[in-house]
Amino acid sequence: MTTNPALTFQAIHRFGLGARPGDLARIGANARDLFRAEVDGKQMAALTGLTFASINEAAPALRDFTEKERMQRESRRAAVVAATPNQPGPAQPAPAQTPPAQPEQMMGGQPAMGPPAPPQPAAQQRQPPPEPPLPQRTYREEARARFHAMLEPLGGYSERLVAFWSNHFAVSVNKGNPVRTLAGLLEREAIRPHVYGRFADMLLAVESHPAMIYFLDNQQSIGPTSRAGSRRGRGLNENLAREILELHTLGVAGGYTQGDVTALANVITGWSLTPGNATDGLPGTFRFNANMHEPGAHTVLGKTYADDGFEQGRKVLADIASHPSTAQHIARKLTRHFVADEPPASMVARIAKVFRDTDGDLQAVSRAVLESPEAWSAPLTKMRSPQEFLLASARALGRKPDFGQILQPLNAMGHPLWQPGSPNGFPDTNAAWASPEGLKTRLDVAASISRQSANAIDPAGLIENLFGAAVSTETRQTVLRAETRYQAIALALMSPEFQRR
Amino acid sequence: MNLQELSESKDPSHDHDEICEAMTPSRRAVLGAAGALFAWSFVPKMAYAAPGARDPRLLVVILRGAMDGLSAVPPLADPHYQGLREGIALQKDGENAALPLDGFFYLHPAMPNLARLYKANQAAVLHAVATGYRQRSHFDGQDVLESGQAGPGQTVDGWLNRLLSSLPAGESISRKGALGIGVVPPLVVRGSAPVLGWAPPVLPRAGDDLVMRLLDLYGQRDPVLAKAFAKGVDVEKIVAREGMSAQRARGGPDNAEGMRAIAEGAAKLVNADDGPRVAALAFEGWDTHANEGGATGRLANLLGGLDGALATFETGLKDRWKDTVVMVVTEFGRTARVNGTTGTDHGTGTVAFLVGGAVRGGRVLADWPGLKLENLHEQRDLKPTMDLRAVTKGILTDLFGISGPVLAEKVFPGTSGLEPVKGLVV
Repeated sequence: MTTNPALTFQAIHRFGLGARPGDLARIGANARDLFRAEVDGKQMAALTGLTFASINEAAPALRDFTEKERMQRESRRAAVVAATPNQPGPAQPAPAQTPPAQPEQMMGGQPAMGPPAPPQPAAQQRQPPPEPPLPQRTYREEARARFHAMLEPLGGYSERLVAFWSNHFAVSVNKGNPVRTLAGLLEREAIRPHVYGRFADMLLAVESHPAMIYFLDNQQSIGPTSRAGSRRGRGLNENLAREILELHTLGVAGGYTQGDVTALANVITGWSLTPGNATDGLPGTFRFNANMHEPGAHTVLGKTYADDGFEQGRKVLADIASHPSTAQHIARKLTRHFVADEPPASMVARIAKVFRDTDGDLQAVSRAVLESPEAWSAPLTKMRSPQEFLLASARALGRKPDFGQILQPLNAMGHPLWQPGSPNGFPDTNAAWASPEGLKTRLDVAASISRQSANAIDPAGLIENLFGAAVSTETRQTVLRAETRYQAIALALMSPEFQRR
Repeated sequence: MNLQELSESKDPSHDHDEICEAMTPSRRAVLGAAGALFAWSFVPKMAYAAPGARDPRLLVVILRGAMDGLSAVPPLADPHYQGLREGIALQKDGENAALPLDGFFYLHPAMPNLARLYKANQAAVLHAVATGYRQRSHFDGQDVLESGQAGPGQTVDGWLNRLLSSLPAGESISRKGALGIGVVPPLVVRGSAPVLGWAPPVLPRAGDDLVMRLLDLYGQRDPVLAKAFAKGVDVEKIVAREGMSAQRARGGPDNAEGMRAIAEGAAKLVNADDGPRVAALAFEGWDTHANEGGATGRLANLLGGLDGALATFETGLKDRWKDTVVMVVTEFGRTARVNGTTGTDHGTGTVAFLVGGAVRGGRVLADWPGLKLENLHEQRDLKPTMDLRAVTKGILTDLFGISGPVLAEKVFPGTSGLEPVKGLVV
């Protein structure tokens, strides 16, 4: 029983998404029961307002879009070649020259790696913006749907877990149009359904999802002696195999070798996508392509797997999903996420044991995190990540922001949605988020949203709603002595009570 | 370090395979040696109060994702290069030919500014270098590169921060702090010495009054946030004075425009008299597993961005350029052989660049291992023959007069057996 109001405040910060007006009173002394009920009932938020119900609709649409882009690019290129005898080289001749501004950057628009678009004449830039292309449109829609869904739950432990796993299995929309289009679907199809399911099922769903296949290049990885490999002289790409072992399962010190990476890369050759001209499947959806699959048995982590087509890879993934190193890796990351940058060893050991004993039952694992005494006794030392901060702010102020009000501040704060700098995902420590520039930018965001909410919010009521009895004298005074209402709201959102979780 | 190293010796040649040349010691090296012989605390007075003494600047540019050194600085005279790099190899002649450096090594054609600085003896290339890390994880590799530790898993602080905290208390360089560019500062600058932060702004800044009120609240309630936020506020004062507030970022650290914006901001802050003397920043996107490209394409675009950033440093640092060293480093290299997807996988040895007016440039330093299969590390990667820590120690010795023992115990722990590379600084 959590009869202490301070414990309710602590629980909402540690396991939830942040209090909305009236939430503290609604939860009362029942914070633990509230979160337990989410786990027991496998309660997940519902996403609405989405164009694509599943990859079966999105992948063919993406394929059509890519085809059209390619044809337009080719006709433009032909026109440029005809008009200018000298092809522009990649080099900038002088330091003072700057390339044309990339539109849509603020909204996380362009793929950085794509071929550069031809410069537009200045006159054309004044025209009203056209309908954004499919990848941007889909990305914005998915971002908005996710954010709005996370405004709904009273507690929100399930949604915190979605965000955790989504970062664990990180992809970056910066990879290009396919990942930009499909990143939201990866989370909806491969992560959400398994948050309280089995880790092995989540792992298989993620590694065979087109978003992950694209992100780590596996559709281009070809078994060197496979039919396709010997014909085209192409071969292996280790990218996906390495990140599966290093990031998704065993962890970097989990006891695998370069040989295991290469073997797994061979095993998952052929985990690819249905080609555009296929008559027996939807273009762009997952397909095991036997022509690309490296034949023969392969040995991963000391165990030899006979050539069994797709099944060979499925069996390897199932085995590494229940490897003790995987249990340890996941337990450590969960504890670090919910409790402290330096996770208590006792809790890590307990969570790892539950993971092993239940063969990776994530409902049992999530319950064990929630029931850990360390999670209820440790002080709130973690910083809210920028995504958590923005969401908690919207909940606190009763705002329902549109995509620009979501994506732009997240970019500014260095936490753009589904766009980490590496497959490692975003960092999960205070050293990353409590930085000088990070705090300054966070204040800029707080100031901006506070201005927009100033008329509707009473500062005294806000701190009562957010902190109840847990508010410090200093924070209360600072907020109440602010010279304007907007300033008071910004200070409440930037207070240590709001920032720490 | 010992007194014998202070003796005069011949001017070095430009041989690319001579790394440990004996050469005229710079003024810094002399002072550094003195620091080792006498009490450490005596050094700064000699080092920094001397008339005409250098007020150095050090910028560390981290290329995240493992830059392909064999494409950035292709060894076109190595007989095995073309065969390993089918589809991405660079050429000596023709359209977009690689830029000649020393006849053996060439520079990627997307880097004309670096070629110009090399000709002006203001840029040196180090080839076949690596940290002590021999696995192939980006994240551990970057941690090792930035922490300066022998292995992964020690990420409390970075070597640039420990450099500052190794300087005597009251020393102005350490007081001014290390600048970490980005909303999230790179590990290399994190630690107990003051860390400053800046990133190209994308939102209007909050007002001064709000800033002061929050600073006051943090001061009363949360010392960790107070310390970090105060540093941010300090930098903002310089930013306002240098007229940078109007700049808005138009790209991230993985495109040319974003790189230029980052470089311009870093240069202005480091150039300011009351600004930081050391800074670190990171450019991203170098993990070229697929469709890496050759003279043009994906890697070429990134190298062009880096080249533009180097030129921006030169312009922005103005009179300070002559006292500046820019180190461009990456966590490891990529496979010698092109992979199945016209890209390259994670490797080992790679390239580092030293650029700036304080660099003894116009040279490629490499103990070239060759690209023959049996000369490759694990028969797949360029074999590292030079330790990046030895290079960095050499720079720190010459630029800041840090003594050997301090470097070997504090800045790069456990490297007493790794001699600093000498003569890198003018």
